[in-house]
Amino acid sequence: MDLSSINPILLLASLMVAATPLLLAAVGELVVEKAGVLNLGVEGMMITGAICGFAIAVNTGDPFLGVLAAAGGGAVLSLLFALLTQVALANQVASGLGLTLFGLGLSSLIGQGYQGIRPPPFPKLNIPGLSDLPVIGRILFSHDLMVYLGLIIVTGVWFMLKYTRAGLILRAVGENHEAAHALGYKVVRIRIMAILFGGACAGMGGAYISLIRVPQWTEGMTAGIGWIALALVVFASWKPWRVLLGAYLFGGVTVIQLNLQAAGVAIPVEYLAMSPYLITILVLVIMSADKSSAPASLGRIFHASR
Amino acid sequence: MTAPVLSIQGLTKAYPGVVANSDVSFDVMEGEVHALLGENGAGKSTLVKMIYGLVKPDHGTMTFQGKPYAPAEPRAARAAGVAMVFQHFSLFDALNVAENVALGMEKPPRLADLAGRIREVSETYGLPLDPFRIVGDLSAGERQRVEIIRCLLQDPRLLIMDEPTSVLTPQEVDILFQTLRKLTAEGVAILYISHKLEEIRALCDTATILRLGKKVATCTPADTTARQLAEMMVGTVLHTPERSGRALGDVALELTEMSVRSPSAFGCSLKRISFAVRKGEVLGLGGVAGNGQDELLGALSGELRSAPEMVRVHGNPVGALGPIERRGIGLLCAPEERLGHAAAPDMSLTENAMLTGSLREGLERRGFLDWGRAKGFAEAIIARFDVRTPGPGNAARSLSGGNLQKFVIGREVMQRPEVLVVNQPTWGVDASAAAAIRQALLDLAAGGTAVVVISQDLDELMEISDRFGALNEGRLSRIRPTSELNIEEIGLMMGGAHDMEVAHV
Amino acid sequence: MLKLERRPQPSKAWVWLAPVVAVIATMIAGGALFAMLGKDPLVAIRTIFWDPLFSEFAFFYRPQLLVKGAPLILIAIGLSLGFRAGIWNIGAEGQYIVGALTGAGVGLAFYPLEGWFVFPLMVMAGALGGWAWAMIPAVLKVKFGTNEILVSLMLVYVAEQLLASMSLGLMKNPEGFGFPGSRNLQQYPSAHNAELIAGSGMHWGVVAAMIAVIFAYIMLTRHILGFHIRLTGEAPRAARFAGVNPGRLVLICLGLAGALAGLAGMFEVSGPAGRVSIDFNVGYGFTAIIVAFLGRLHPLGIALAGLLMALTYIGGEIAQSRLGVPAAAIQMFQGMLLFFLLAVDVMTNYRLRLTRREVA
Repeated sequence: MDLSSINPILLLASLMVAATPLLLAAVGELVVEKAGVLNLGVEGMMITGAICGFAIAVNTGDPFLGVLAAAGGGAVLSLLFALLTQVALANQVASGLGLTLFGLGLSSLIGQGYQGIRPPPFPKLNIPGLSDLPVIGRILFSHDLMVYLGLIIVTGVWFMLKYTRAGLILRAVGENHEAAHALGYKVVRIRIMAILFGGACAGMGGAYISLIRVPQWTEGMTAGIGWIALALVVFASWKPWRVLLGAYLFGGVTVIQLNLQAAGVAIPVEYLAMSPYLITILVLVIMSADKSSAPASLGRIFHASR
Repeated sequence: MTAPVLSIQGLTKAYPGVVANSDVSFDVMEGEVHALLGENGAGKSTLVKMIYGLVKPDHGTMTFQGKPYAPAEPRAARAAGVAMVFQHFSLFDALNVAENVALGMEKPPRLADLAGRIREVSETYGLPLDPFRIVGDLSAGERQRVEIIRCLLQDPRLLIMDEPTSVLTPQEVDILFQTLRKLTAEGVAILYISHKLEEIRALCDTATILRLGKKVATCTPADTTARQLAEMMVGTVLHTPERSGRALGDVALELTEMSVRSPSAFGCSLKRISFAVRKGEVLGLGGVAGNGQDELLGALSGELRSAPEMVRVHGNPVGALGPIERRGIGLLCAPEERLGHAAAPDMSLTENAMLTGSLREGLERRGFLDWGRAKGFAEAIIARFDVRTPGPGNAARSLSGGNLQKFVIGREVMQRPEVLVVNQPTWGVDASAAAAIRQALLDLAAGGTAVVVISQDLDELMEISDRFGALNEGRLSRIRPTSELNIEEIGLMMGGAHDMEVAHV
Repeated sequence: MLKLERRPQPSKAWVWLAPVVAVIATMIAGGALFAMLGKDPLVAIRTIFWDPLFSEFAFFYRPQLLVKGAPLILIAIGLSLGFRAGIWNIGAEGQYIVGALTGAGVGLAFYPLEGWFVFPLMVMAGALGGWAWAMIPAVLKVKFGTNEILVSLMLVYVAEQLLASMSLGLMKNPEGFGFPGSRNLQQYPSAHNAELIAGSGMHWGVVAAMIAVIFAYIMLTRHILGFHIRLTGEAPRAARFAGVNPGRLVLICLGLAGALAGLAGMFEVSGPAGRVSIDFNVGYGFTAIIVAFLGRLHPLGIALAGLLMALTYIGGEIAQSRLGVPAAAIQMFQGMLLFFLLAVDVMTNYRLRLTRREVA
């Protein structure tokens, strides 16, 4: 065992990287849930995004196009969920599960022939001055653009929900869809848009894993991050800034766990690999006491009758 | 009063199986309070939804302030100057007052400015309200103020109010009427939907009466007696329930200082409730909605538990027992919400008969169910309570409100309860079904059952109960014999320790 | 303009029609998918749905139908009870793994002792293992209100790691030349879940699945517990009013589902699979979710759906080896089936109406 091989600066820097896919997926799901829809298909949308992004990036050589394609792929898949739950009024839990199973199949189908390829590298941000700062520069200012995009999206979502009319309407729809309908808001349309946004975010989160974090394509490579993202929304009590906190927390756990594995700690690898999932359960237990902040219409089917 | 603000010609709207409105025409004049009177199911709601743009008419036209008017959506209606206060408030519990108001406006100002305007308007019309309170924490009366202020901020020419007083104490009703008169003085027209006759006679200038989707009359309520109005509304001569003189027996149900926490965040916890009901007695419990009625029913049915000795049936402590055990000793309940609480909407009437009848009717033996007997029980309820349905195999939600209510009450009555507790037994039920249900409760009491009726319909409570008490914020007022009460005293009992200020206009 | 309109009561015809329509729609969409992959869609569909049953090699495939169908049916029966009550156990895969581990663990512990009691003990251990794993989300939900969907799913990943750890460590075959994986239980007669009738595919797991179907059918239609399960799913408030204790129901439903999944894992590890290995689980726990829905959460429906899904597994393998259809395409095919079912299901409670554009 050699704990001294763990460099705390690198650890913090890689924490931000490890947290980004979670952050993207969770903030997207947060918007969906704020609109009163429970989409359990995050894992499926992430893995679809991962392969769409990977395939396009490899074929075009442009990682940015890949990210765009990932957002598109995630959104298209989420559209399926939107059609099922908002138009065909199907059960949201079952549809979300179906989306995940379908997404896993779809992604490995598309992924045939992409195994073992390296994607084009993603450029890192390099701000002269800031990036060269000792310690801070390495931790905060020398990441790829996606890390910052994730932060921008979280800030944007926070601002939108708190200060804009669009955010107010979104919250209203999630809180009481009958009342929102009575006031003349298009509940279904608003929800579909939220679902698409969630899909795009999850897709980008997936692409971050396949293009930057790993970076290569393997089947089922999201390994439950989509599900952890769902747990994160509960952990965050549906508040964007707490999603950020939670994502960094989980990112930290993952990174430390990986570092311990690499350092050859006396705990078997399998038990270390379990830790993020066990900690997720623990966090869920702690956070479940307070459900009051959950949107009141979450998961309920809306049908405008009479 | 001069020109009509809103003129309706030949509005018709049909749903599969029902004609909600058939060729309805009338005018609402500037500055008048126009009553729309009718039973549940007479088509009042559909009519106002057409005026508010939520439903499109099949035929017919509307004119608003002299111009053709056909709102495609509520937004268009609001833009034209039509505002509406809903019966089941269109409010968002988790948002604050200002946010709720903003959601009902087309171009709301910034939240800080809006808060100022809310204060201003609320003071002008005598409806004090803090813009930053969370709506879920407000009382029913205060919640209605939010709706009214939301409407007033848009300077409406026509204000539609759907059953606005059903959630108010008599004192709050007075405040509301003063506000409405102030509005009509400014030339606003008010379309006032209600089935409360005395209220309409006191407030409204004109009344249009609907029956089964058709307009049956337009009259001046002040010149018409309540009885005439009622008969126009119902179409038949009403029969009032008979109470026979009863000898009261021993105490059957006794609550002692019962306190129970509400399970929901915006619910109302029960605080030290004590009362006793004798065999053969009907106890009426009034109060504005949301003051602990649901919780009290839950605490009696066994859905909410308390300390054992807080609830006693025939002297035995039952507070810690669950619903099944309580049924076993004869404490039966019928909750307010028919669909989803008293009955499972998608299940058949036979299955719904099993829902509470399995034990007392012997429909279950060592866990195994006897569906044949359950069907027989359902058929017996249907026959005795005149439930209109093709048969016990039909789903509960396919029944009309009144018929399902008869089934739900009948299911408990037929199990020969020792104590029966009902919450809002005739809510949303047509007059003849309501009369039948009240009669069944009185008959049950005559047979020696202790009956507790929780209701927001004061007329109903006055009609059937021997003694009366009121719930207010989870507390129970002193209980007094009904015969010695007048409406003023009842209002004060309902108002209780209410913290709602009485405004001075 | 098409509009959805709520039916006054659920359509009885569509309850039966929906799965049939969904299967046909999936065949059409699946055919299109195969065509896109450059395969003849008709040949592909025939290979998946027809050949395993009626081709000249069908005698080889038919027993597989029971072997693959039994765990799916066993798990899906358990899941359907919870799904009916609105309790979403989606971690059956984990309970399946743990059941296999505890079942195999007991067997391996007795090795090489021969005795009639070994196999029954393994069955009990398997059921207990799955039950215990499912009790984690159940107890957490009852005690803390924790979401059972997320917890049960997280435990799948934990169980997979546990499986890896066991096949590399504690349960590794000491005579296995250092390769991961346990002893082969097929070579340990007392612990072997052998075919009951040679060449039929019929093993104890199939018997258990049949018993589970009958048991669930009786419980749902004739017993108060089944009535309470259905009631809780239809109207939770009405169920509490009727006297159902929601916490107890969570414990029962998740416990039963876990025990059945554990049994499925145990029968698999001691029979068709033979040994504990890293890649022991092949996703039966997830496919069973599709089976449960396709079978309308009804025991008899689940039995049929389980066999159908087993058919797609077997046919999928044939298509894979004979036509080169990728395995993932079959997985997607199964996902599509669930989608179409959910979409068609709307017809049970709503009907489509053609309305003229309204005259304003």
